[in-house]
Amino acid sequence: MDDKGNGSPALPRPVFNEDHCKGCGRCVAACPRKVLRIKDTLNVRGVNPAEYVGEGCIGCAICFYNCPEPYAIQVHKPEKK
Amino acid sequence: MAVIKAKGFYDTFDRSGTPTRDTHYCPGCGHGIIHKLLCEAMADMGIQDRTVIVNPIGCAVFGYYYWDVGNVGAAHGRAQSVATAINRTRPDSIVISYQGDGDLAAIGFNATFQAANRGEHVATFFVNNSTYGMTGGQMAPTTLLGQKTKTTPFGRAADHEGYPLCVCEALNQLKAPVYIARVSVADTKRIMEAKKAIRKALEIQVQKKGFAFVEILSPCPTNLGLDPLKAAQWEIEQSEQIFPLGTFRDISAEAESRKDPEPKPTPSEFFGGGTDVKAPEPDYAFGTKHIKIAGFGGQGILSLGLAIAEAARYSARYSSWFPSYGPEQRGGSSSCNVIVSGTPIGSPDAPQPDVLVCMNRPSYDRFAKDVPKGGVILCDATVEITEQPPEGVKLFMMPSLKLATEFGVPKATNTVMLAALAHLGVTGLATEQLLNALDDSFKKKPKLIPINRDIFQKAYAWCEANWKA
Repeated sequence: MDDKGNGSPALPRPVFNEDHCKGCGRCVAACPRKVLRIKDTLNVRGVNPAEYVGEGCIGCAICFYNCPEPYAIQVHKPEKK
Repeated sequence: MAVIKAKGFYDTFDRSGTPTRDTHYCPGCGHGIIHKLLCEAMADMGIQDRTVIVNPIGCAVFGYYYWDVGNVGAAHGRAQSVATAINRTRPDSIVISYQGDGDLAAIGFNATFQAANRGEHVATFFVNNSTYGMTGGQMAPTTLLGQKTKTTPFGRAADHEGYPLCVCEALNQLKAPVYIARVSVADTKRIMEAKKAIRKALEIQVQKKGFAFVEILSPCPTNLGLDPLKAAQWEIEQSEQIFPLGTFRDISAEAESRKDPEPKPTPSEFFGGGTDVKAPEPDYAFGTKHIKIAGFGGQGILSLGLAIAEAARYSARYSSWFPSYGPEQRGGSSSCNVIVSGTPIGSPDAPQPDVLVCMNRPSYDRFAKDVPKGGVILCDATVEITEQPPEGVKLFMMPSLKLATEFGVPKATNTVMLAALAHLGVTGLATEQLLNALDDSFKKKPKLIPINRDIFQKAYAWCEANWKA
């Protein structure tokens, strides 16, 4: 688990592939928990990509469906027991 | 850990040499969202291997780099026509047409309207972004009144550019479509509705129920000149005023599934003559006979040609019959070209006929000069010959009208001419086959068969008596 919570097996979280992000901001606006934001730094294509603030994700996948890029966002969710 | 991720796409998009994993769409474009919904639905339904998407001209032109299905690219506006062809030749396939507002609502509107009216088994996804995106933001049929585009710089005006075209409402006038809905991808709630509509349209194809149409309002931030969020907001606030969302029609529960098509008759069965006719085999020694028959309409020009072509078919020769006539049913000039050949025929035209049959003077004046050396002209005796035929061309005068009248059927001049052709042996076909074809041409009036056979025999005898071999 990194310092943003990415990699925690127990919690749902979005995983960004930031090089594919075009920085449109639709995921940030759509997130019901407001746990996404636009990064200050640029990605390889020269835009400010979206990122996860590190906590608060509920795994609803709304960011995934609002994202126009097929491979920019995945949402990881723990299996239901 | 369950992972929610894109399904139904190729792993990499080999668009420009180096494989990538991102699309060519502008930031915030609705197309990518629609692609995701569509691909996910196809993957979940397990239909990718039997799905063909007809890709349009427009922003989605590169769709075939993304969705992992069978892909066909159509000429601008012709996606529905191509989809129709695929659906009819591969009835087991799931056919999808994905088009924008230029492709579907402008150049392709008639194709779409007709396909919908025929109830083609096509799931049509119509992406309406109210502008021509790929070409740089010109006015589309779906551009809103007052909306500024490259070609309506002062805003679309109804008295000059007409009103926005509401395609769902237009298609809803038709009887055949099974499902018509308009959805949007402007926000999460709308995206989830779009997801349902897209799946519904695909299910209708899986169940083979008919034409399904889903219009999807999709923001175009670039050409609206708005940021992605404002463009999505514009779709909700402006576009939906003119293009209300909703399901216009859903008769999928009542609609019957398509039955397997009945086996079709073979060409031989369809055109008559039975199935016992042998298919032609190449015979180079036979050569090719070009025959032109000309006269005025009503003289039996076309049926005489048809009888020769049929006789050729019975003789397992290649044959073609190519009529040429005016719009009038009777009295205009009429001619037909018949080719009888030992090898497959390229062109059915006979501009230099080896055999020319002239039933009237204008035909002689017009075509006699085209007959090459060694050719034969067979002319009705009433034709006044003012100009001799070209050198090396034999001219035979046949009193066909006089003989036919003597034999009791003045209309049977063409039967007399057929007998003359048989006597001259210029068609390369056996007399028996010509008689068979003659019988066949009267199969709807069987009592005429013995009469015409009799006329044929008498005319043949006349030729034997009057023409030296």
